[in-house]
Amino acid sequence: MEKTLNWREFVITRLVRASGYSAIVFVALIFFFLLREGLPTFAEVPLSTLFSLRWYPIEDYFGILPLITGSIMVTLGATLVAVPFGIGTAIYISEIAPRWMREILKPMVELLGGLPSVVLGFLGILILSPFLRTFLDLPTGLTAFTGSLLLGGIAVPTVVSIAEDALDSVPRSYREGAWALGATRWQTIWRVTLPAASSGVLTAVMLGVGRTIGETMTVMMVTGNAPVLAITPGSLFSPVRTMTATIAAEMGEVANGSVHYHTLFFIGMVLFIISLIVNVAASSVVFRSKKRAERVLS
Amino acid sequence: MTDKIVIEALSLTYSDGVESLRNISMGVRENAVTVLFGPAGGGKSTLLRCLNRLNDLTEIRASAGRILIDGENILDPKTDVIALRRKVGMVFARPVVLPMSIRQNLTYGLELAGEKRKSRLDEAVERSLKLAAIWDEIKDRLDDPAIALSGGQQQRVCLARVLALQPEIILLDEPTSGLDPISTGKVEAALLELKKEYTVILVPHSVQQAARAADFAAFFLQGELVEYGEGKSIFTMPKEKRTEDYVTGRFG
Repeated sequence: MEKTLNWREFVITRLVRASGYSAIVFVALIFFFLLREGLPTFAEVPLSTLFSLRWYPIEDYFGILPLITGSIMVTLGATLVAVPFGIGTAIYISEIAPRWMREILKPMVELLGGLPSVVLGFLGILILSPFLRTFLDLPTGLTAFTGSLLLGGIAVPTVVSIAEDALDSVPRSYREGAWALGATRWQTIWRVTLPAASSGVLTAVMLGVGRTIGETMTVMMVTGNAPVLAITPGSLFSPVRTMTATIAAEMGEVANGSVHYHTLFFIGMVLFIISLIVNVAASSVVFRSKKRAERVLS
Repeated sequence: MTDKIVIEALSLTYSDGVESLRNISMGVRENAVTVLFGPAGGGKSTLLRCLNRLNDLTEIRASAGRILIDGENILDPKTDVIALRRKVGMVFARPVVLPMSIRQNLTYGLELAGEKRKSRLDEAVERSLKLAAIWDEIKDRLDDPAIALSGGQQQRVCLARVLALQPEIILLDEPTSGLDPISTGKVEAALLELKKEYTVILVPHSVQQAARAADFAAFFLQGELVEYGEGKSIFTMPKEKRTEDYVTGRFG
């Protein structure tokens, strides 16, 4: 009897451990393939070409700067939409809304988070971009701005649900302490609850940003996909092309092992590194504040 | 001596149907320590939280009766709750220092009330820390984060924070439940000083503390005010059998 139990323990423990390790293995494999397919770019494309302003792979122009700036522009725009809107919604849900409202809003936000991005892109093409074109009097409605608005919408549920969790975990006693001192509801939120939840709110922002950088479908559908350097404020209202959209659009047609093929993988590496930086920055901020709290507690 | 607070026929039910106060009537004297004691769930904290309307934020289904402070019914919906909470300060069971420096914790309430002059703020910090008997311990590190203080120190900072607002009434909800005997002694000593200027209402964490601190004492049992009178008589010769049983340790 005892022996079978031990045997079962042994198998289950090993299985659980194996699935844990597999995460590491998968990341390592992904990184390995990215490097294997992307690194030859350095040998095949001169750096001066790689960091030039022209992306036109058919004639061997492999300048990725327009793609990087396009991604950054759309991501920044989306962040500007998602952060205030998301944190505002989180504050409303956790601090202000009556209970019945909260019970409607929370599942709605989660539903929104599960919406396939291609659906949003479709709405963007059909409704948002014609509207923006006439409303802002632009030559085309497929712009970085359109992409930013939609991507912001995609990131909002992520920001809301994580920021709301963070606000919710601030002890009730903090709020009561501030109220008992004669703080109004808004003063309590702004000076006590938000600062106390700051690390969680920051994580929410970072994950929201991560979500927008990696988003492909929507941006491919609504940003116009013109590989033009996007660094002036005006280029917010003109078509841009992001790194993700480039990979998705061109990978299907490229000859396996060609220069173009390697360059697309190189773009993938750049993306990988950017999201790595965002994630490391996010977790180091959270980690630092956690360490500070632990030091205080000991 | 007059009654600072008059509670008239106060009844209160939480939205989940639990009745927490049943027809409470009592007067609270100025410049004295009034102790509300009894076993847990008796309604002491609920009553305390009515006095600064902190119960507004929990869900309460029905409430009847009046609470008069200086003759004004504070349960009136038109009452300025923010002003009321400045006049009726509160210290909680677990010290709640806000996530800022010690100094900011003390000046926070005043700044909310619109005080900007630095000299006034500094003056209030020193005066209230001295009243709370903690000035000598922390005067050299007022700009450290308040959360780095010990529990006993945090609780006295919380008391000082309330005092900085110069309230008229101070509510204390088991202020020493998490403290060691030495810190408890310091807080209790501070209370003796405080009652010269303020009306103090204390929910003690033990019968012994109730007996030590009470000028007046009210015994609560399951939402009912069983007996109310001078501390000395309640703890030495209670009129009610239930009070006697609790005070002598037969239940609770």
